[in-house]
Amino acid sequence: MSILKTTRRVAVGLVAAAAATFAIEAKAGGHGIDLAGKTVEWIIPFSETGGSAKWANFYAPLLSEALPGQPTVVVKFMPGAGSTKGANFFQEQEYEDGTLIFGSSGSTQFPFLLGDPRVKYNYADWNVVLASGTGGVAYLTPEGAAKMDGMDATPLQGEDFVYGNQGATRLDLVPTLAWEMLGLNVESVMGIKGRGDGRLMFERGEATIDYQTSSSYLSGVTPLVEAGTAVPMMTWGSLDDAGNIVRDPTFPDIPTFKEICDATPACETSGEKWDAWKAFFIAGFPAQKMVFLPAGAPNDAIVTYTKAFEAVKARADFAEISGKRLGKYPQMTGDAAKKALDSGTNVSPAAKDFVVNWLQEKYGVSLK
Amino acid sequence: MEVIMEALPALGDAWGLILQPVVLGYLVMGVVMGLCIGVFPGLGGIAGLSLLLPFMFGMEPVLGLALMIGMVAVVPTSDTFASVLMGIPGSSASQATVLDGFPMAKKGMAARALSAAFASSLFGGLVGASFLTVFILIARPIVLEFRTPELLMITIFGLSMVGILAGRVAIKGIVAAGLGMLVGTIGEGASSGDLRMSTYDFPYLTDGLKLVIIGLGIFAIPEIISLLRQDRAISQEPQLGGGWIDGVKDWFANIWLSVRCSIIGVVVGVIPGLGGSVVDWIAYGHAVQTTKDKSKFGNGEVRGVIGPESSNNAKEGGGLVPTLLFGIPGSGSMAIFIGAIALLGSGQIEVGPAMLKNNLDITYSIVWLLALANVVGTIICIAASGGIAKLTTIRFALLAPFLFMIISFAAFQSGQNLMDLVALFAIGFLGILMRRFDWSRPAFLIGFVLSNPAETYANQAVQLAQSQFRKSFGDGMDYIFSPIVIVLVIITVISVVLGLRQAKNILAEGDVQSGSKRAPFVFMLIITGYIAYAFYDAASIPSYSRDRVFPMFVAGVCLVGCAFLIIRMILKPETDTIFADRERNGEDADATHGLWSTLAWFAALLILTALFGFIIALAVFLFSFMKIRAAVSTFYATIYTVAGIIFMLGMAWLLNRDFPPGLLQEYADLPWPFT
Repeated sequence: MSILKTTRRVAVGLVAAAAATFAIEAKAGGHGIDLAGKTVEWIIPFSETGGSAKWANFYAPLLSEALPGQPTVVVKFMPGAGSTKGANFFQEQEYEDGTLIFGSSGSTQFPFLLGDPRVKYNYADWNVVLASGTGGVAYLTPEGAAKMDGMDATPLQGEDFVYGNQGATRLDLVPTLAWEMLGLNVESVMGIKGRGDGRLMFERGEATIDYQTSSSYLSGVTPLVEAGTAVPMMTWGSLDDAGNIVRDPTFPDIPTFKEICDATPACETSGEKWDAWKAFFIAGFPAQKMVFLPAGAPNDAIVTYTKAFEAVKARADFAEISGKRLGKYPQMTGDAAKKALDSGTNVSPAAKDFVVNWLQEKYGVSLK
Repeated sequence: MEVIMEALPALGDAWGLILQPVVLGYLVMGVVMGLCIGVFPGLGGIAGLSLLLPFMFGMEPVLGLALMIGMVAVVPTSDTFASVLMGIPGSSASQATVLDGFPMAKKGMAARALSAAFASSLFGGLVGASFLTVFILIARPIVLEFRTPELLMITIFGLSMVGILAGRVAIKGIVAAGLGMLVGTIGEGASSGDLRMSTYDFPYLTDGLKLVIIGLGIFAIPEIISLLRQDRAISQEPQLGGGWIDGVKDWFANIWLSVRCSIIGVVVGVIPGLGGSVVDWIAYGHAVQTTKDKSKFGNGEVRGVIGPESSNNAKEGGGLVPTLLFGIPGSGSMAIFIGAIALLGSGQIEVGPAMLKNNLDITYSIVWLLALANVVGTIICIAASGGIAKLTTIRFALLAPFLFMIISFAAFQSGQNLMDLVALFAIGFLGILMRRFDWSRPAFLIGFVLSNPAETYANQAVQLAQSQFRKSFGDGMDYIFSPIVIVLVIITVISVVLGLRQAKNILAEGDVQSGSKRAPFVFMLIITGYIAYAFYDAASIPSYSRDRVFPMFVAGVCLVGCAFLIIRMILKPETDTIFADRERNGEDADATHGLWSTLAWFAALLILTALFGFIIALAVFLFSFMKIRAAVSTFYATIYTVAGIIFMLGMAWLLNRDFPPGLLQEYADLPWPFT
């Protein structure tokens, strides 16, 4: 088996090298790849039912129109092991004719960043062609929110909060770490199947604090806020070009965690804890979902896909159709996507160690 | 009153939207596609909806809804074909139908069973829609009353149905259910991700076993193997008795049962988080409890078909409540449905809390499109049932390879891993042995299905109750013992007491003679060994993790049960019912072919697939099976093989699915479909 793997790796290497040579030649020519009559498979390492499915199903028909030759784009779901199965599969694939792409999510990035033993994939091998950002909003019960002293969360520190948690090492570590930094006593109830279940738990009065990603907040929580049964607490914010956290453009009226943290004496917007939070926030939200071509993709293919996604973004109705389904967030291509990939898949060893230790101490989760 | 005044115009608008010829046309199109897909076990609504997704983008909303709902609505109707005719549970919605529907088919009453089932489905769908029309207006606050303790109690109520299906030796049924629950806990725990009975070195098991594989393995494979050994047609009667009109009459004679089961279906379907997995068992249990002469259950009692089938279509309607009002899908297909709705039109329909306020007309359109799709689907199915029922008169050796092909394909779709086939084979073998030694397979399946919710809700309820108790003792008590919980506790206790008292009379799998001591005793020891190891395995999870508690508890209870059974086995003579063994007497004992040689055929398909990939293996398997086992002419075998392969390719191409690759594919790069 191991011999087989080695042979295969050598083969992949050779192909990659050949492809690279070819890429240089092709770049000189400047031709894109033509996908007429072909079928592009877009692998999503989750089930048909999750947020990534929604995102891919939104893009697939648009991408099909924008690619040269209008190939059929089919979304293929490959769930398993919290997306590591699909990602490991993609890692083994080599570039053939540009008909295989992969969509990763924050849940694929976190195990990679935390050094999960099941991770056999490496983002550095892949070629990013699109990065989609999102945001998140934390909210409270009206009773809880009434206790806030302006932006100062100190009065909440004596309260006991309950939160429906999807899993300690999932995206949920961003909100739970944020609340802990504010000095809040939040008890995580584990075993929630999706953030929708967490919101339901909040609506039933069992959970008293919750968070949702932007699109789910807009559809699921805004009506509760209007009805007076939920009050927004803070957003995670969004990144400006210089990498600073600023107010989320989708929710300009809601303060960011950074503002709340600044106003709360117990919380600090610098130091080890803050750096760790920010690193995982960036990995989980502004660079949450990305599209990749496999290892060894020639420049031609990368350019073709990049152009196609740019064409999708340039559609006259893009702002309208994407606003409702994805929220008002940057859909990055080219260098911006590379930068997002970079910030989303690199955290300092200090931040990683901090979070790994924190998970061990707080939840007893061992990542060794 | 005010609410109703608002609702009536919206209901009128909804009918205005639905009753356009083009909308009805799309609905019928969806229904026909749904029927075609639903006939195949294990694919169900998810595959169908995924197929439609690319066309949803920007589509006129009501047309898109008609197409999708047409498809989703009829899957629980058409999967009845597989359940009744072949004993294959097509989806979780028709597991209980197998228990009495398949015996009816064996008695030559397939058409009657089918049409009774379809009439019930139709009626259930209509009752569900009528109930929903009113209920949806007031559903939100009621649904929010179902907190974690209530959900846990419903799960326990579902588990209490094991009492009815336990078989002649009650403890054996309980151990079977416990074994199902333990199999359900395999893989990563929901709480802190600790592994149970699996390791990261062998990743397949870490995601747990899928329901498709358990359902096909436990029910379908033992039946297929058994029929194949006897080398006859499914129906024992050469002449099919009981036409479709008899089935409709049967349904009409039991109309009140059908009404009650429809209500059960819609109410349980409404509760988010449980989905439909328990509904048909609860309905089956209800049908048993309300029937005076229980001796016919398991041998082709038509009430055992009418109950579950009335509930499973009504459940689809009920499932719309969490989906539309909370944006929380009750099932996998509903999750895709939500995603697809966002793609319709310019995305103006937003499922979730605002749905009723902003889109009440659309909500009503969805409810009644669902009902209408049921009507259309049922009429088509009833019309087809007489003809399709003739399948039961064909010599089974001609059907079997085709069925092996379908269930292998379906099993592979659940995890897209060759291990899916190995798991199917292993579970199938367990199913064969459980059938042989009269261990309740329905109990095992209920345990498996409810293992996950039981564990999650139990852990969450304990944690949430602790936090309430920390506030004050009163808060904690109020939280746990809400009126709903108390009512559910009472119902459950009554159901268990009655069930255990009656269980001896209900032979869900027919009478089984007792034989020698050795084989049943060895099987008993193996089961005990697995349970003991599962206990040890769970106990080795660190004690701060909640993931160890549930498997340890279940395994502990089972071990006590096993101890009782072993003692009884030692003390009693070999004529005792505890030593039931099908190989001693009856059909299996008189079968033309041996168990092992028959099973070897299936094993051969598996091994060939592992070596050469599914399609090549299938070609070899189909041809040699036809030639050697079914002993048909080379010409006929060739035609059969080609037709089978073409059919398989068509399905896979249409649904955009792959086939299991083998060792050959590791070395050689072959074009589709050989990849």
